[in-house]
Amino acid sequence: MCLAVPARIKSIHKDRAIVDFGGIKKEISLGILQGVKKGDYVLIHAGFAITKMKRHKAKDVLKALTELKNVAKE
Amino acid sequence: MSRKNKEQIRLMEVCGTHTMAIARSGIKKALPKNIELISGPGCPVCVTPQKGIDKAIKIASIKNVIMTTFGDMMRVPGTNNSLHSLKGEGKDVRVIYSCLDALNIAKDNPDKKVVFMGVGFETTSPTVAAAVLEAERERLKNFSVLSNFKAIFPALEAIAGSRHLKIDGFICPGHVSVITGSNPYKKIAKYYKKPCVIAGFEPDDILKGIRRLIMKLRKDEYDVEIEYERAVQTEGNPTALRVLDTVFRPVDSIWRGLGLIQKSGLKLRKRYKVFDAEEKFKVKVPESYPLKGCICAKILTGEKLPADCKLFKKVCSPESPIGPCMVSSEGTCAAYYRYEG
Amino acid sequence: MSDRITLAHGNGGRLMRELIDKLRLKFSNRTLDEMADAAEVSVKNNKIAFSTDSYVIKPLFFPGGDIGKLAVFGTINDIAMKGAKPLFISLAFIIEDGLELQILDKIARSIKWAAKKAGIKVVTGDIKIVEKGAAEAIFINTSGVGEIIHKGDPIGVRAKKGDAIIINGSIAEHGMAIFNAREKLGFMSDIKSDCRNLNLQVERCLKASNNISFMRDLTRGGLATALNEIALCSNLGIEIEEKYIPIKHNVRRLCEVVGFDPLYIANEGKFLCFVRPKDAIRVKRAMGKKARIIGKVVSSHRKEVYLRTALGSSRILAMLEHDQLPRIC
Repeated sequence: MCLAVPARIKSIHKDRAIVDFGGIKKEISLGILQGVKKGDYVLIHAGFAITKMKRHKAKDVLKALTELKNVAKE
Repeated sequence: MSRKNKEQIRLMEVCGTHTMAIARSGIKKALPKNIELISGPGCPVCVTPQKGIDKAIKIASIKNVIMTTFGDMMRVPGTNNSLHSLKGEGKDVRVIYSCLDALNIAKDNPDKKVVFMGVGFETTSPTVAAAVLEAERERLKNFSVLSNFKAIFPALEAIAGSRHLKIDGFICPGHVSVITGSNPYKKIAKYYKKPCVIAGFEPDDILKGIRRLIMKLRKDEYDVEIEYERAVQTEGNPTALRVLDTVFRPVDSIWRGLGLIQKSGLKLRKRYKVFDAEEKFKVKVPESYPLKGCICAKILTGEKLPADCKLFKKVCSPESPIGPCMVSSEGTCAAYYRYEG
Repeated sequence: MSDRITLAHGNGGRLMRELIDKLRLKFSNRTLDEMADAAEVSVKNNKIAFSTDSYVIKPLFFPGGDIGKLAVFGTINDIAMKGAKPLFISLAFIIEDGLELQILDKIARSIKWAAKKAGIKVVTGDIKIVEKGAAEAIFINTSGVGEIIHKGDPIGVRAKKGDAIIINGSIAEHGMAIFNAREKLGFMSDIKSDCRNLNLQVERCLKASNNISFMRDLTRGGLATALNEIALCSNLGIEIEEKYIPIKHNVRRLCEVVGFDPLYIANEGKFLCFVRPKDAIRVKRAMGKKARIIGKVVSSHRKEVYLRTALGSSRILAMLEHDQLPRIC
């Protein structure tokens, strides 16, 4: 029920930050997240940062499916 | 109570975003036949009662009101029309990306009353709470919130405790859990014996989440696990929870499909009464009745599938939706219609 | 002349003459300069392609283009899709009383540039001024004529079973550029409309193969809509590989943030070519470096389009129901 997209903090001014989604920049609010600094990777929902985040390496989705099928068969 | 191997496993993906991700990525078709995925009530648009939409439409029709909302709500049919059709008739209804945009609109239009109509769960309600605090700091006099916000856990408990629904485990909403952390799921896991895995939204997250649920069922592990480790912490986001609690209080609320669930809705606290559109406008709308033939209520709880509905595809489609499950961008019926052919 | 267009500019008198002359001089060519009621033109081939379109876009100016550029390229691209070489266009303006002259001037200069780039002539035109509120700033209609140069079977009737489907580049740029310029939701990006003329690319394709069955430029409704329309009119199925659909990183991101599906977003410089598999590589090369083969035409699931996802399973790619709105769920 929630679209949230990761972005990197480019600059902070009071409780606002400019974030970069990857070629798309926007000003967002830090009103519900503390302890954020420039360069941090955060999750953005409805114009707010909701958590700090670790970068996700694209995983092999076919491998994940195979592993699931193996477990389901056991 | 070991799960026999190869027995049918019924897992509920609570969150509408998961429903859509599963449909769009083709996961459903790729799963082994003994794993059944059932869509849950985590679609805020779907569970908002008709009355909630009718109230928003009535307020939007008032002179000098600028109604702002997320795009998700625009096409939901009320009893007579929708916010989208109201906009077409010339009323000032605007789609915004963040509740903060509504504050800016209020500042730019001091002679108008700006109302933000919000639906959502724990991911979204703290953002609106923060906007209300900001409105208070800026002494805005022409901004208010029409809250249709809900908390997902009371509904999850109702489903977990249901004797006729037979859900074996829950794929839990990743972004709600960013805010709430994993603790609220413990009761559902331990007391109702339904393992919970908090999953992210990439296809590999969801597949991993399903795999972990199956493994827990095999080992009779009735607990909560975080698959979405890169974003979810056990304690959640304490700042967000604090801001939410400052502005909103839990109230009983009606869910389309589930009926009245105690302490499952959010209302602005007395201190923020001036920002509560319900108090400001006090509109009354008639009771609404379920539309004839629409079984959204049963679909939201996983009891029935869209294919079981007599209206599905014949009368009810995304172009002319009858019920909210079809109109919502995450509704189960919309997902089936768009991605299952 | 004052700095705004007024109803007086449309009344047939001196002001109107001056305005028409000013515009005509921008596009000056022998045919247009005749100022006759109709343009006399000749075409070598006796098979011509004829197309018309009206342009009402807002905002008038956006990253990567404007209504003038769109008005020229939109119509000539439609002509090119028939396997034709565009030659002439007509140009009609409906202008709202009060439009600044410098805006009209800017649009006219853009049209001139676009016509030159595409190698076509503006041979006839019209201006109407309407009262405030009767048109939004400016509406433009262009109609165009081209000569059919494709040597094989008529293009655009139906695709053939087994045809390879090739796209000339990345999707969703125009729609997202317009969305960002119009909605002012505060996103800063360098996404530009991909508005361009396709006639030269098309000519190269036609030289590369006589076995093109269908060409379609992707406009409103995006790639998914075009594929569905072609599947419907051909009474055949289409299968697309999701991983081969080209999309720029920043376009994909903006779509993710606002919850849009890029497969349904408008384009203005992209087209599909349906061609026999033996000519597919040659035609792909003719369509440029960024072209990709994205799928094929099949005889199963007639009238429907299926998308194979990264998981290897196929799901239906339905028609667009309505315009997408930014969402948070």
